Amino acid sequence: MSVVAPTRLDDAVAALATDPSLTVLAGGTDLMVAVNYGRARPAGVLSLRRVPELHDWHVDGEGGDAEVVLGAGISYTTLLDPALAGLLPALAQASRTVGSPQIRNTGTIGGNLGTASPAGDTLPVLVALDATVELASTSGRRAMPVAEFVTGPKLTALAPGELVAAVRVPVARGPQEFLKIGVRNAMVIAVANCALVLDLDHRRLACALGAVGPVPIRDHDAEAWATIRLDWDARPDLDRTVVDGFGRRMAAASRPIDDHRATAAYRRRAVEVLARRALARAWAAT
Amino acid sequence: MGCDVTTTPPLPAEPAPDADAPAAYELTVNGVAHAVEGARPTDSLLHVLRDRLGLPGAKNACEQGECGSCSVLVDGVLVCACLELAEAAVGCEITTVEGLTPAGAEPGDAALTSAVLTDVQRAMVEAGGVQCGFCTPGFVVAIHDLLDRVPDPGPFEVREALAGNLCRCTGYGRILAAVERVVTLRGNGR
Amino acid sequence: MTPAAAPTGVEAPPARDRAAPGARVGDSPIRPDGTPKVQGRFAFASDLEADGMLWGRTLRSPHPYARVRSVDIGPALAIAGVSTVLTADDVPGASTYGLMSPDQPVFARGVVRYMGEPLAAVAADHPDTARRALAAIVVDYEPLEPLIDPALAASEDGPPIHPDGNVIRHIRVEHGDPAATGDVVVEGVYEVGMQDQAFLGPESGLAVPDGEGGVDLWVATQWLHEDRDQVAACLGLPHDQVRLHLGGVGGAFGGREDLSMQVHACLLALRTGRPVKMSYLRDESFVGHVHRHPARMRYRHHAAAAGDLVKVEAEVLLDGGAYASSSWAVVSNAARFACGPYRVPNALVDATVVRTNNPPCGAMRGFGAVQVCFGHESQMDKLAARLGMDPVELRLRNALATGDVLPTGQRVTGAAPVAECIRSAIAHPLPPAIGNGWLERPGGAGRTADASRVRRGVGVAAGFKNVMYSEGFEDDSEARVRLAGGVASITCAVAEVGQGFVTIASQIARTVLGCDAVVEPADTVGVDSAGSSSASRQTWMSGGAVLRAARQVADQVRSALAVSLGVPASSLALTDDGRIVGAAPGALDAPDAPDAPDAPDARDARDGIDMTVAEAAGDRAFESTAVHRHRPTYPLDERGQGDADVSFVFAAHRAVVDVDIDLGLVRVVQVATGQDVGRVLHPAQVVGQIEGGIAQGVGLAVMEEMVIDGGLVLNPSFTDYLIPTVADTPEVLATCIEEPEPEAPFGAKGAGEPPTISSTAAIAAAIRVATGVDVTRVPVRPWDLI
Repeated sequence: MSVVAPTRLDDAVAALATDPSLTVLAGGTDLMVAVNYGRARPAGVLSLRRVPELHDWHVDGEGGDAEVVLGAGISYTTLLDPALAGLLPALAQASRTVGSPQIRNTGTIGGNLGTASPAGDTLPVLVALDATVELASTSGRRAMPVAEFVTGPKLTALAPGELVAAVRVPVARGPQEFLKIGVRNAMVIAVANCALVLDLDHRRLACALGAVGPVPIRDHDAEAWATIRLDWDARPDLDRTVVDGFGRRMAAASRPIDDHRATAAYRRRAVEVLARRALARAWAAT
Repeated sequence: MGCDVTTTPPLPAEPAPDADAPAAYELTVNGVAHAVEGARPTDSLLHVLRDRLGLPGAKNACEQGECGSCSVLVDGVLVCACLELAEAAVGCEITTVEGLTPAGAEPGDAALTSAVLTDVQRAMVEAGGVQCGFCTPGFVVAIHDLLDRVPDPGPFEVREALAGNLCRCTGYGRILAAVERVVTLRGNGR
Repeated sequence: MTPAAAPTGVEAPPARDRAAPGARVGDSPIRPDGTPKVQGRFAFASDLEADGMLWGRTLRSPHPYARVRSVDIGPALAIAGVSTVLTADDVPGASTYGLMSPDQPVFARGVVRYMGEPLAAVAADHPDTARRALAAIVVDYEPLEPLIDPALAASEDGPPIHPDGNVIRHIRVEHGDPAATGDVVVEGVYEVGMQDQAFLGPESGLAVPDGEGGVDLWVATQWLHEDRDQVAACLGLPHDQVRLHLGGVGGAFGGREDLSMQVHACLLALRTGRPVKMSYLRDESFVGHVHRHPARMRYRHHAAAAGDLVKVEAEVLLDGGAYASSSWAVVSNAARFACGPYRVPNALVDATVVRTNNPPCGAMRGFGAVQVCFGHESQMDKLAARLGMDPVELRLRNALATGDVLPTGQRVTGAAPVAECIRSAIAHPLPPAIGNGWLERPGGAGRTADASRVRRGVGVAAGFKNVMYSEGFEDDSEARVRLAGGVASITCAVAEVGQGFVTIASQIARTVLGCDAVVEPADTVGVDSAGSSSASRQTWMSGGAVLRAARQVADQVRSALAVSLGVPASSLALTDDGRIVGAAPGALDAPDAPDAPDAPDARDARDGIDMTVAEAAGDRAFESTAVHRHRPTYPLDERGQGDADVSFVFAAHRAVVDVDIDLGLVRVVQVATGQDVGRVLHPAQVVGQIEGGIAQGVGLAVMEEMVIDGGLVLNPSFTDYLIPTVADTPEVLATCIEEPEPEAPFGAKGAGEPPTISSTAAIAAAIRVATGVDVTRVPVRPWDLI
C-alpha cells in the first residue's frame, strides 16, 4: 500500500485516474474507524490533507445570488468561524452538533458528503439550501445538486476517478435553524434532524429532514403549503395551525426505520416536533 | 469472523497487494524527529505512537473517535490519534501528553517528578480528577487545548469543549474542578 | 519457577510513587499513582510490551446459539506471520472455567451459546495478521433457535441450553405471615435493561513464558488470585507455575471479575514460547465481559392506611445469559434487598436467575441491589400516591434502623442511618430554573429544546446492599507491612482499579507508623489473596489487613524499643497517630537507643519518649504479615433465612430532571445524596466515588443499554452504547453520614456501590413527576415518554 499526498487538486485527480483503486482520505473520521476495525483494507490511500485549495472558501456572486464556495476539506470547526457562520448559520449549527471537538477539528464537509450517511448532519442543511457539489476528475469539473448527489444510504453519484472538490452553498438572507435529536446531550449520532431556511429575499421556505430516510428528505408540497400561509410582509406572530400543519406534513414525508437507535414511530413523531419548532423559531427571528 | 461480530462482511483471507509491506517514514513528535520503521501502511497514528515510538500516553479505549482517550495535537489542533493515518501525518508537528511539559523541563525525561508537572497535570492530581487514569492523558491534552484557546471559559463552554473525552470513573466533577483550579491559578478567574 | 523479567511498560511497578507525605486517615492526600497517570507514563496492561512479543486475537461466534460441526484452522496457519492457532483441542487442563461454577468453555467445542463465544485464538506477528488469520479459520456452524426469553428459560419447558440446566439459582424468602394483607395494595411490573461496565481500558494482558513450563501474566483484573486459580486449572499447571501480576487497570466496575483473555494469552505464550499480548478492541470488549443482569420484576406492596408497610411480595427474574458467572450471588442480592431499606414485617420474595442465549451477565457495581431498587422504589412512590402521602414521609416512616430485622431474619446490628440519608439528600438546595444555554436544556447540543415545553420533576429514592461477600463465601485478605529506612512498604494483592486503595493503604500505614509509605506491585507471588476489588470490600478487608500488619509492626518496634531502653514494654504506649510515648527517664543512655542525628529525640531525655514508630525503628527493619477476616456469614436456607451478611451500606438520592415533554428527552440537572459511609478515610476519594457512581446511575436511567435482538448485540461500540459525557452529568451535592461501623477498621464502610443503587430509581421517579408517565422500565427511552 502507498499513501499519496499531493499538494494540488490536479495532481490528486491525476493520481486517482492512474490508480482508481486508491481510497480517498479526507478527515479520516469514517475511513480510519473502518481500518482500525478491519472493515476496510485500502490498497492505497489518496490523502487530500495537503491540497490547499480544498481548505479555502470564498464568496462567489453578490446579493441574492451570492454563494459560498467551500473547499471539500473544510472542517466542521472552520464552519463555526464567525465569518462563515454569519453567512451559513444552519451549517454552523449543524457542524456544532457533529461528534466531539476532536471530530469537528478533523472531519470535513467533503467527507460528510462522500460518506453520505443517512445521519450525516450537514446533509439536510445543504439540501435545504439547494447547495451543489462540485466534482473533479481528469476530465474536468461537473456540478450537481447535493439532493441528487446523495443517492442512498452511504451511496453517491460519485463516478470512478472523481473527487468531491467543493460545495457551493447559496447565501440566503433570513433566519435558519438546525435541530438534532440524540439520546445524549453531546457527541451523538442523530436519531432525527431537521434543517429549515427562511429566504426573505425570495420569500421561500425550505426544510429538509435527516436520519428519517435513506437520503435527506424534502417535501416541496409541504414547503409550498407553508410558504403561502406565511405573511412575509407584516410577519405577524405565526398562526398555530400553520406550524402544526407544517409539522404534520413533514412527518408524513419522512420515511424512518426501526433500528437500535430509535423506533420509526418515534422518529416520525420527533420530526413533526422538530419541524414545528424550527419554523416557529425561525419565524420569530425574522 | 473475528471479534467483529456485528454485520461486518468477512475479511478477505489474502491481503491486497502490498497491504502488509512495512512502511518507512519520519514523524515529528514532541519536537523530535522519529524514524518509523516496520509500521503497516494502514496503521493509525495511535498505533505508531504506542507500538513503534514507545509513547503510550495516548490511550486505546475505543479506536473509533468516540472517547478522546487518544487526544493529541497535530499542528496545534486537537484530534483523536486513532483517526489519523500515521503516514499522512508526515511533516506535521505532533504533540502528545508526553510532550506537555512546563518551561525548563525536558520532554520525555524519565525522572519527571511532580515538580515539573504542568499546571493542568498538577490540578488533575490535586483536585482528584484522576481515578483509574485511562482517560486522564486525553483530558490533560484537551484541557490544555481549551485553556490555551479560551483562558476563561464559562461552565457550559467547558462542558462542550470536553464532551469528546469520556470518563467512566469520576462522573467528571473533579475534572471540572481541576479546570476551575487552573483558570484561577492562571489568574483568569471571573 | 523464576518469574519472567518484568515487561517493558512505561513504568512498572505502577503504583510505587509515594503519596504526599504527612497525610493520615481522614486527610485527602494525592494519589501516589496520580503523577504517572497525568504524565501518560503509568503502565496500563494494554501498554506493556516484551521483546519478541506476538499479538493474540480471539475468534468469536457470530451466532447466539449454534452447533459447531467443524473448525478448520489450516488456512489460518498457512498465513505468513501466524505462529499458532489454538482451539478446544489445545487446552491441556480443565476445559471450562467460572467464578462460582466452572461452566464456561475456554474455547467452545461442539456448540456456541452466545454471540461472541470464543472458538479459537491466534498468535501472530502483528494484530492485523492475527485478524486476517481469524478470518481464514473456517467454522461450520448449524445455527439453532436461540433461547432468548428468560421467562421461557425459567419455565424449564424445552431442552436446556447447557448440561447444568437453565435455572442457575432460585431463591424464595418467606418472612412473617404469608397471609398478611394491608389496607392498601399497589402492584407494579418493572424492567431493567442490560447495562455494560464500559470501563475505558480494554481487556488486556501480556503473557510471558518462563522457559521452564510456567508462565507470568501481567493483566488488568479485579482479583489476581482467583484468576490465577482458574487459569492454572485450565493450563493444567500448579499454582507456582502460573504467576499473575497486576497490569495497570483502566476501570473495572465488576466487568473484570471473570476471565477474558487470561487463559487464551497464557496458552498462546506457552505454545509459542514467546510473549503474547492480547488487547481487545471495543467491539470485542462488549462481548468479552459480562454485563449487568437485565431484570423483570413484579411487586405487590401492602400497607396500613397510616402508611406502615405490612407486606412486600416480589418476583424477580434475572437473565444470566449463557453462563453462570456470578449469577448465584447476584440473584441472592436481588432477593435479600428486594424490599428496600425499610421495616417489612412480612415478605414473600421469589427470585430466579436463568441461562439464555443472551450475552452472559455477572458482576456490575451494586449487582442485584440496583435492579430491585428500581422496583421497590417505584412501588414506594406508587404507594405514597395511593395513600395520599408525601413519598419522603412514607420512606421516613418505614426507614430501617439499627436493631430492625430484615426479611432474611437477620437483625441489623451495625449502623443503619436510612432516615439520615434521606433527610440529608433532601436538605440540599434545589437548582435554579432552567438556563438559557443549549447544554443546560434537555436535548443539549442538538438545539431541540423549547423552554415552554420542558417540565421539571423531582424524585427521591433510597437503597441498600451488603458490603463484602455474603452467604458464607470465603472472604479474607492478606497484607504485609515492612518498615525499613523510615519508609513503610505495603505488599497486598489488591487490584487497584482506580478506586484509590493505594492511597488509603498508604494513609493507614502512615497513621499507624508515622512515616511515608509505598504500595508494592500486586502479584500472586509474594502474598496471599486479597479477594476481589468488588462488593465495596477492599477498604474494610484489605484496609483491615494493612492496619493489622502495621499495628503488629508498631508493636514489634515498641517491644524492641523497650528492650533497648531497658523498660517494660507496658511503659510505652502506641498512639493513634503513629507515635510511641512513655516516661523513660535516663533511658537514652541505653546502648541500642535510636541515634539518628536529626531524630527529634533529644527532648526525650527531659520529657520521656515521644517519637514516631518509624523513628523508633531507626535503621532496623521490621516486618509483619496479617490476614483480615470478617465474622462468618451463612447461606440462606430453603426459606431464604439466615445471617447472610456482615454489614450494609445505605444511600438516598434526590434527582432533579428537566424533560422535553414533546420529544421525551431528559436532562438530569442535579442529584443530591446522603450516603452512609461509616467513616470517611479520604474525603476527596469518597466524593469521587459518589460522583462517578451517580454518573453510572444516570447512564442506566436515561441512556445506557446493550440492545439485544434475537441474542445478537446490536450496539457493541461507543458510537451506539452511550455513556454520559460531561455534558450529561448533573451537579452532584453529597453529604456523607459518618456513623462508624463497630466492626470495621476505623469504622469505615465501603463507598463504591451505594451511589449507583438508588440514583437510577430517583431519576426515574423525577421523570414520572415531570411527565406524568408511569415509568416502568429503565433506561427510559425517549419513546417511552411521549
